[in-house]
Amino acid sequence: MGADFVQLSLTPLLIGVLAAIACALPGNFLILRRQALIGDAISHVVLPGIVVAFLITGAVSTWPMLLGAAGAAIVAVVLIETIRRLGRIEPGAAMGVAFTAMFAGGVLLLEQSDTSNVHLDVQHALYGNLESLIWLAADGWHSLLDAEALAALPPELPRMAVVAAIIAVLTVVFWRPLKISTFDEGFANAVGIPTGALGFALVVTAAVAAVAAFDAVGSIIVIAMFICPPAAARLMTNSLEAQVWWSVLFATISAVLGYVFAGYGPLWFGAEDAVSAAGMIATVSGVILGLACLFAPHRARVGVGAEG
Amino acid sequence: MLNTFVDALLLQLGYNATLVAIGAALLGTAAGTAGTFLFLRKRALVSDAVAHATLPGIGLAFIAMALLGADGRNLIGLLAGSAVTAGIGLLLVEWIARRTRLSEDAAIGAVLSVFFGFGIVLLTVIQTMSRGKQAGLESFLLGSTAGMLYQDAIIIALGGALAVLAVIVLRRPMTLVAFDPGYAAATGIDVRRIDLAMMGLVLAVTVIGMKIVGLILVVAMLIIPPVAARFWTERTDQVIVLAGIFGGISGYVGAALSASTPALPTGPIIVLTCFALFAVSLMLAPGRGVLAALLRHRRFQVRVHHRQGLLALARGEPIFDPLTLSVLRRSGLIRKDGVATDAGRAQAAKALRDEKRWEIARQIHHDDTVVGRYDGLTPIETVLTRDEIADIDHRLGGPQPVGEAS
Repeated sequence: MGADFVQLSLTPLLIGVLAAIACALPGNFLILRRQALIGDAISHVVLPGIVVAFLITGAVSTWPMLLGAAGAAIVAVVLIETIRRLGRIEPGAAMGVAFTAMFAGGVLLLEQSDTSNVHLDVQHALYGNLESLIWLAADGWHSLLDAEALAALPPELPRMAVVAAIIAVLTVVFWRPLKISTFDEGFANAVGIPTGALGFALVVTAAVAAVAAFDAVGSIIVIAMFICPPAAARLMTNSLEAQVWWSVLFATISAVLGYVFAGYGPLWFGAEDAVSAAGMIATVSGVILGLACLFAPHRARVGVGAEG
Repeated sequence: MLNTFVDALLLQLGYNATLVAIGAALLGTAAGTAGTFLFLRKRALVSDAVAHATLPGIGLAFIAMALLGADGRNLIGLLAGSAVTAGIGLLLVEWIARRTRLSEDAAIGAVLSVFFGFGIVLLTVIQTMSRGKQAGLESFLLGSTAGMLYQDAIIIALGGALAVLAVIVLRRPMTLVAFDPGYAAATGIDVRRIDLAMMGLVLAVTVIGMKIVGLILVVAMLIIPPVAARFWTERTDQVIVLAGIFGGISGYVGAALSASTPALPTGPIIVLTCFALFAVSLMLAPGRGVLAALLRHRRFQVRVHHRQGLLALARGEPIFDPLTLSVLRRSGLIRKDGVATDAGRAQAAKALRDEKRWEIARQIHHDDTVVGRYDGLTPIETVLTRDEIADIDHRLGGPQPVGEAS
């Protein structure tokens, strides 16, 4: 727990935790609104957005890719709505049509374009590369106070921190309207909350979280963090405030334990190489959800009719 | 490239390409038909959870076979392993949705991401196990037919054929359950068993399709064909057949396209072919398609302007709306300078009379089913009987000419 830890593990750990929290916060509302799978759809369509951005700019640079991914997410939302309205198709199927087609397009573009000299492939998009986000300039805890070393932090860390902070602030600022419109849309409309715009803003926020997290950790964590911590938290309590805190806690535990298990777990079993941290974080969040399904105080369905 | 594509379509590209094309066509047909039931049951995305849940099975099967000293890449072993974890994932989705207060979509998302994440962990374990030797399991993510073994192609073609057969055998009870589970139960069908069979079929399609289309995109084969087929018809049996045809075509054409060009990955090409069929359906299908809806809207618009124009003529009001003017002019009711022709005056009088008859009808009938039909377009003759109209006319007085200098 010394210099090595700061150099190799601190930044990926922090990035993982921040990404997990940034996704879990909007996830709470998505789950309650039965839009959990929007996160799944968004994290698939991010791929074509990034590939298109790469083809236009010709380089793997951050901002164009974030913009491309966000643009793709918006295209996807519009496409889903169009299919749903025009074809009178149920939302699940409309979503399935839109995101699979866009993902296929992204893969095809990626395979067709010459990306051999840059680090851009489907595998990377799926499970990211958390382990590679190391802080080479650091040589111990004191580097945290060293401006020169801080300047050499992996850029993903400050970016993820900013996005997580923005999402946290948005959650606090829009807390009341979000809460009201999530639980009682009719009432929210009656007191003058623009529920349609709010719903769209929530999806866009989720997309921003997904895009920022995706860049650092890959889409698999994104989907897991949108759903598992909030779902587990939902089984712990009946209060939305408490649920959000639980989800943040679960997201943090998943990220930390997942990273530790992935990095050090294999060593305990005598193996030499680490396993995928992103996959492990998703797995831990699943275990937490599983435990919550079995033992959490509010797991049962109360009044099935009312829930249906 | 075009020549090779035609060759591939005509099955001239050698044994393997032929087998793959046939296998993909069978797979597409099975996926389209099986997917229709899922779609009608409004559970399309359950297949996404099933598909992603195959990954840990592949990893575990590979590890188990490698530890036992067999070749870890044996396709039957891998497919069997993937079927097991996909089945577990499916049961977990049902369990979470039934036992806890989480909704089904949350359960789907949770199972999908966690199983997939665990699968990725296993893949990295395998990478370290088979250092230097390419396990090639990543090809299951996006599908790959390059370098497919002869036996593998046979397995896929056979599996696809079996799945099609199962759909044909089970289509009646599955249709019934998809439409009206309550009625199905009343007629003595075990709804839970049929549901399980439906899911089993989806699982089988997923597992077979994994090698060709890849496990991330195989859901597209289950979802897109039924959605596309739904645009063309309102009858279930036709949706099933059409979805099967769409799926088969996209599988076949996609596999042929990808065989003719080395750099085209099979899975995405098949999915995009499928999406192209969907896009065509969305635009062109009669009834539900976008084009048909636009035409319907335009016809309605013309009728409204026709009628309102006639009423304006009858009342001697000036008309400024360009659409109204052009509608009236084209049907020969007014001249170029906007003055009504004889036919125009006659029809205007009729329209005005119709309007007045309706006015009276609304006063004497308090029956919503009759008067509710008034929309300013429907002629009253189609709603009321001749006697009733005669009665109304009696109250109105005789016909009056309109459009003269007044």
